[in-house]
Parts: sequence; structure tokens; C-alpha cells
Amino acid sequence: MTIDERRESVNMKMKAKTVLDNEYYRRLHELQSIDFVLVELQLYLDTHPHDMRALEQFNHYAQVRKGLMRDFEASYGPLQQFGNSFSGYPWQWNDAPWPWQV
Amino acid sequence: MWIYEKKLQYPVRVSKCDPRMAKFLIEQYGGADGELAAALRYLNQRYSIPDKVIGLLTDIGTEEFAHLEMIATMVYKLTKDATPDQLKEAGLGAHYADHDKALFYHNAAGVPWTAAYIQAKGDPIADLYEDIAAEEKARATYQWLIDMTDDVDLQDGLKFLREREIVHSLRFREAVEILKEEQHAKKIF
Repeated sequence: MTIDERRESVNMKMKAKTVLDNEYYRRLHELQSIDFVLVELQLYLDTHPHDMRALEQFNHYAQVRKGLMRDFEASYGPLQQFGNSFSGYPWQWNDAPWPWQV
Repeated sequence: MWIYEKKLQYPVRVSKCDPRMAKFLIEQYGGADGELAAALRYLNQRYSIPDKVIGLLTDIGTEEFAHLEMIATMVYKLTKDATPDQLKEAGLGAHYADHDKALFYHNAAGVPWTAAYIQAKGDPIADLYEDIAAEEKARATYQWLIDMTDDVDLQDGLKFLREREIVHSLRFREAVEILKEEQHAKKIF
């Protein structure tokens, strides 16, 4: 998918998602769950750098997270700044909700 | 540098407007053993600590900012629908006079945050022991906060934060052992 096609697809999906539905919370929770796995593995690996199984788990879930994040952003807009996320038109970063509003 | 992610680390829900509880929770926002102190303490100690534990201090320091945002979210949600009278009744009259409903880095008693709460000794063992103590003190504070509310939604978020303190403490203890082993190995060599 080109960036233009991606942008168009994001815009169309965003229009359909003006109200936060159960699906939003389900997918947000899914991301938060995998982030918990990753933060735990990250801190564990900081003090157990030779644990190969933990390392494999870390790399596996890091890969899974990329897909979840991409899908989430396609529906609900960018999660990160500074070029780590794409934006549809108009610039989506300013769009609510912010984390404390949901 | 740091990248912000537009989501909380863990969901924060509250089941009622409760400015009194918000006043107590501020302890973990701008108090001595709060999340701001933790984040700034660890991220500042990084520069002079042995390489083997820089990653850990960076990661835990970063996670503390996610916790700071969770506490802010709790305070925001507990106070957003409160009237000035309710804030006054909850002991937040002085806060309202200076800040309206804005958050501010002070403790539950209204004392502003100070860098005097944190230390960087330049001695890796001394710094890590301070970090372990900080995590244990924060864990205790979370327990007292959990004890003071019957809001099960709020308790859920606070219990998550309490458990994170336990994990951080454990990792810092392991970091101490890593440095001790390294020192020991150097002596033998």
C-alpha cells in the first residue's frame, strides 16, 4: 500500500469511528496487554541478558506488537510522534481522545 | 530522546467523583516517593552508573513517566466533575485557590516537589540501594492509598502500580548483584 492509499484508508476509517465503541476499548486493551508482556520481558532481560528463551519471547511479541499497532492506528489515528506513526489528512495528532479522556 | 505514546500503560477507571481521594493520590504525583521523583531519580543516575545497569535505569525511569500519567489520569477523573464547594470540603480549597483543577507537583499535604527528595551519589551501590528503598516506599504508599478507597475501579489501577513497584525493586536488587559480581571478578583478575 502506498502512503497515499494508506492515508485515504485511514481517513475513511476515522470518519466511521467518531464515537469510541467497545471495539476501541477491546483493541486498546489488547495493545496494553501485549505491552505489559514486553515491558516485563524488557526489564527481565536487562538483568538476565543470556536467557535465550526470554529473548525469543521478546522478539516474537515485539513482532506481534507491530501488527497490532499498525491495525490500531489505521482505525484510531497515530499513537506516536516524530515520524513513528503515519497521519491522515488533516493532521491527526491533535485529535482527541488523549489517554486520560478515555 | 523520548517518544510519547498516546495511550496509558494500563487502563485507569474510577467509579465516582471523589476529590478527597484525589488529594491523597497527589502524594504519588509530586511527593517524595512519587512517580515524578522516581523517574527523575533514575534517569539522572544513569550518566554515572556502570554500563551494565544503564539500560535498567533507563527503562524503569521511562516506565515511571507512564505511571505518572496514570496517577494524573486518576486525579483528573476524580476531580473533573467536582464543584468548588466539593473541592473545599475535600480539603482542596487551597489547591483550587492557586490552581483551579490543574494538577501540580506537590504532595498530599500541598508541599511542592523538590529535588531534595532524590539523590545521585555517584556510588553505584549507594544509588541502587536508594532506588530499592524508593520502590519499597512507593509500594507502601500504594497500599495505604488502596486501603483508603472503596472504589474497586480505582483500586484496580492502584494495585497494578503497587505490583510494578515490587517488580522494579526486584530488578534493582538483581542489578546490585550484577555490580557486586563485576567488582568481585575485577579483584580476581
